[in-house]
Amino acid sequence: MSAEQKLSERSVAEMLLDWEPVIGLEVHVQLATSSKAFSPSGTAFGEPPNSLTDPTVLGLPGALPAFNRHALELALRLGVATSSQIRAKSRFARKHYFYPDLPKGYQISQYDEPLCEHGHLDLIVGAELKRVRLQRIHLEEDAGKNLHAGTVSHVDLNRAGVPLVEVVSEPELTSAEEAAEFMRALHRLVRWLDISEADMEKGQLRCDANVSIRMRGEDRLGTRTELKNINSFRFVQHAVEHEIARQLRIIDAGGRIERETRLWDETLGQSAPLRSKEEANDYRYFPDPDLPPVMVDGGMMGGILKTLPELPAVRFARYQKELGLSPDDARLLVSERGLADYFDACVAAHPSQRGARNLANWMLTELLGALNAEGKSITESPMPAPTLSALVVLVENGTISGKIGKEIFEESFRTGEPPLAIVERRGVQQISDEAVLAPVVDKVIAANAKQAKDYQSGKDGLFGFFVGQVMKETQGRANPVVANDLLRKKLGR
Amino acid sequence: MSVADPKGLAYWTVADTARRVAAGEVTAEDVVEQTLARITEHDATLGAFLEVDASGARAAARLVDQKRAAGAPIGPLGGVPIALKDNLVTKGLVTTAGSKILAGWVPPYDGAAAERLRAAGAILVGKTNLDEFGMGSSTERSAYKPAKNPWDTSRVPGGSSGGSAAAVAAGLCAASLGTDTGGSIRQPAALCGVVGLKPTYGRVSRWGVIAFASSLDQVGPLARTVADAAALLQVLAGHDPRDATSLTAPVPDYGAALAGGVAGVKVGVPKEYFGPGIDADVRAAIDQVIHQLRDAGAAISEVSLPHTGLALPAYYLVAPAEASSNLARYDGLRYGARADAPDLLQTYMRSRGAGFGPEVKRRIMLGTYALRSGYYDAYYRKAQQVRTLIKRDFDAAFREVDVLLTPTTPAPAFPLGSVSSPLDMYLADVFTLACNLAGLPGLSVPAGFTPAGLPIGAQLLGKPLDEAMLLRVGSAIEGAVGLADRHPEAFA
Repeated sequence: MSAEQKLSERSVAEMLLDWEPVIGLEVHVQLATSSKAFSPSGTAFGEPPNSLTDPTVLGLPGALPAFNRHALELALRLGVATSSQIRAKSRFARKHYFYPDLPKGYQISQYDEPLCEHGHLDLIVGAELKRVRLQRIHLEEDAGKNLHAGTVSHVDLNRAGVPLVEVVSEPELTSAEEAAEFMRALHRLVRWLDISEADMEKGQLRCDANVSIRMRGEDRLGTRTELKNINSFRFVQHAVEHEIARQLRIIDAGGRIERETRLWDETLGQSAPLRSKEEANDYRYFPDPDLPPVMVDGGMMGGILKTLPELPAVRFARYQKELGLSPDDARLLVSERGLADYFDACVAAHPSQRGARNLANWMLTELLGALNAEGKSITESPMPAPTLSALVVLVENGTISGKIGKEIFEESFRTGEPPLAIVERRGVQQISDEAVLAPVVDKVIAANAKQAKDYQSGKDGLFGFFVGQVMKETQGRANPVVANDLLRKKLGR
Repeated sequence: MSVADPKGLAYWTVADTARRVAAGEVTAEDVVEQTLARITEHDATLGAFLEVDASGARAAARLVDQKRAAGAPIGPLGGVPIALKDNLVTKGLVTTAGSKILAGWVPPYDGAAAERLRAAGAILVGKTNLDEFGMGSSTERSAYKPAKNPWDTSRVPGGSSGGSAAAVAAGLCAASLGTDTGGSIRQPAALCGVVGLKPTYGRVSRWGVIAFASSLDQVGPLARTVADAAALLQVLAGHDPRDATSLTAPVPDYGAALAGGVAGVKVGVPKEYFGPGIDADVRAAIDQVIHQLRDAGAAISEVSLPHTGLALPAYYLVAPAEASSNLARYDGLRYGARADAPDLLQTYMRSRGAGFGPEVKRRIMLGTYALRSGYYDAYYRKAQQVRTLIKRDFDAAFREVDVLLTPTTPAPAFPLGSVSSPLDMYLADVFTLACNLAGLPGLSVPAGFTPAGLPIGAQLLGKPLDEAMLLRVGSAIEGAVGLADRHPEAFA
């Protein structure tokens, strides 16, 4: 890094004391339907080009759209999960522009009557939740893909007509980190609700960012630029960071921010102008006359409310507040619905709520470690949640030691045998009975008279030696607390 | 004027043809051969067809004959030769919508109309001429050739379904299909002296209709008798999940409605349709129909549709706006004609520049203007509000009467090339537009002839989904007028 760049970075940090970045995101999420938004073709990824088409997808003369109700259900689920206002009657509109990947010359989208408005998304920031307001969530169809090969361009329409929701935040994110966190929260939520696989490598979650800066304390928004092609959590952070710095430098040099669309290039780590405001399209929106209004009734809403699971942000808060988990454990557990559900099942199987922290530890270290080693997800776990819970109880109530517990876990995970059965078969129950342990302690002290004398004369470090000897005599089964008590008593210190 | 040769099948009704084929009095192949022979003989004069599917028609006819021989059902339209307006998509058969931009396009699928006709045993003999994309009232705006009126080949057949009307009037097919966006079935039917039915919006599937204005377009039959129109509607009507605007209401037995008579039927005559611009012969013919209906026991009353005058301006915002959007797909990239160009923008501009005719371009520009950002409220939205007012006019009228009677057109067929101003051409549809804006069913039925021998049409407008009432009253008018077997002399 050159000295000049370092200097400018320092000045960016300094400028941020006076200037506030304002970021709004527009995120496209592919809905997990098996057929397209308006026609029967499939939606699979990676099929031969133009194999998932039909007259409607191809925009053939005479072909018409008929709306896929499953897409509506999925979009509604997201609307309800973000506490959005749902329109009883929303409408599809046509958005016009010419491009080879848009066969009809217009995209079916929603415009002034979107399905959802005024919702919010809860971000996890440290131990807290940050609530970001959503302008709207609307339904639309995806376009195809242009593939350029030298001077020739090819069009693949497999993706054309795939149903999407566009989630638009209010411009109230204030850093690149928050922007990335917004993406993570949305990604988590749509996967949580089975709305989308949200696989970013497959383009199932795509993000544009509107970035502007303004003097702190100013109410009015500055001129914004729109960043395109930022389709990973990391890209979002990099691109927004870069854009904030770019705008600050322009202002610092006495320049003005131009309203424009810029394309992010992650490899180069910079953005380039794509089009200016003057080149912007007039999309000539109007209600699509081929599609009647989308009606949502109480029955549909009731069905969605009834089947909506507890949301990740709610569980994140509950795990800390009610179960006493650390923010890190809570965040990890809500990163995937499968993890949180498994954890909840463990807690439910455990006789005491106070076991939650232990359960989280065992699950996140032992179980996830073992699953990772086998390349399995939590939903493929061979060990059911009640089994893990039972094992943790055996450790907690002193039946086995923590060390033995790990061995029992490994065997149970491998063979499926219940932990208690393994413990009994292997005879590894912890010995907590003083009547049983006292003779062992006596024997150890008698056999190590010199060390006992040294300890009594002040060599504290030898206490551990005696504990080790007791463990050795009992094949590690002695309850360390009971053994310690007896040793102290009998060694006389 | 002559009555058709009773031995020739040129002017057989749909029901006659179907019955005779089913009874084995004639083979479907004979019907098709004679039909093809007539098309060959007369269409060079008429220009009614853009594409004749001789081999497809022969194959379909053979199939009908084979089925009959095997004792299998041949369908209600078994062996009946039918022509389709060329904006109706037909699998394997060139479909151009009368536009150069679709020159040579062979659809890979059948539209609902073709599907249903084929399933009913009908023989699709060819595709008929039209104003490009249905935009016109004379068929002179076809990119290929004008069609002529069989009653006077120096005159237009009307439009945009002019080819379909001319072919039926001249006995080149038993019946045909048209589409009606602002009168495109009823107006040419009136000008060619045939029956034309525009069903309720949503009654017939638009799947496979090359869209002009999606909220107005509707497919319907043109036929020589009201009964034939009913027979075709019976086959076409019904729900289609591929068209989201298709209605689910059950389909009644239209044939059963025909003999109902008009005794006690309340017929409204909207005073706004009888202004000073109306031709004296047309006026006299409609007055005659009113008398005949009254004599037959109908209760005639004058009604008012106060917003009638707004129909034309509203239509010419809604229809071009939707058209400008519907025609965006013709970019030369996937089908139809593509112009040579150095880059993408030039490809678009040259393909569309060369592919669309002047009337289509005019409407694309009108529509694009109306939908511009910031102008939507003033134009498209306002026009939609006017539509609501027009609908309410009809709702109010239909609380008092069962059906409305008007002239279909202000004047009979005009000479080719005589209407040069686009605005004057738009006025040819002044009586038919409101029906589309309100989504109502409309029927044009022959009401007589001018002294010069040009046909005049009476228009019936009905309540939503009450096609049966239109057919019933139309059938009574047909009987009273008594000219259903009069055919153009030159095509006897």
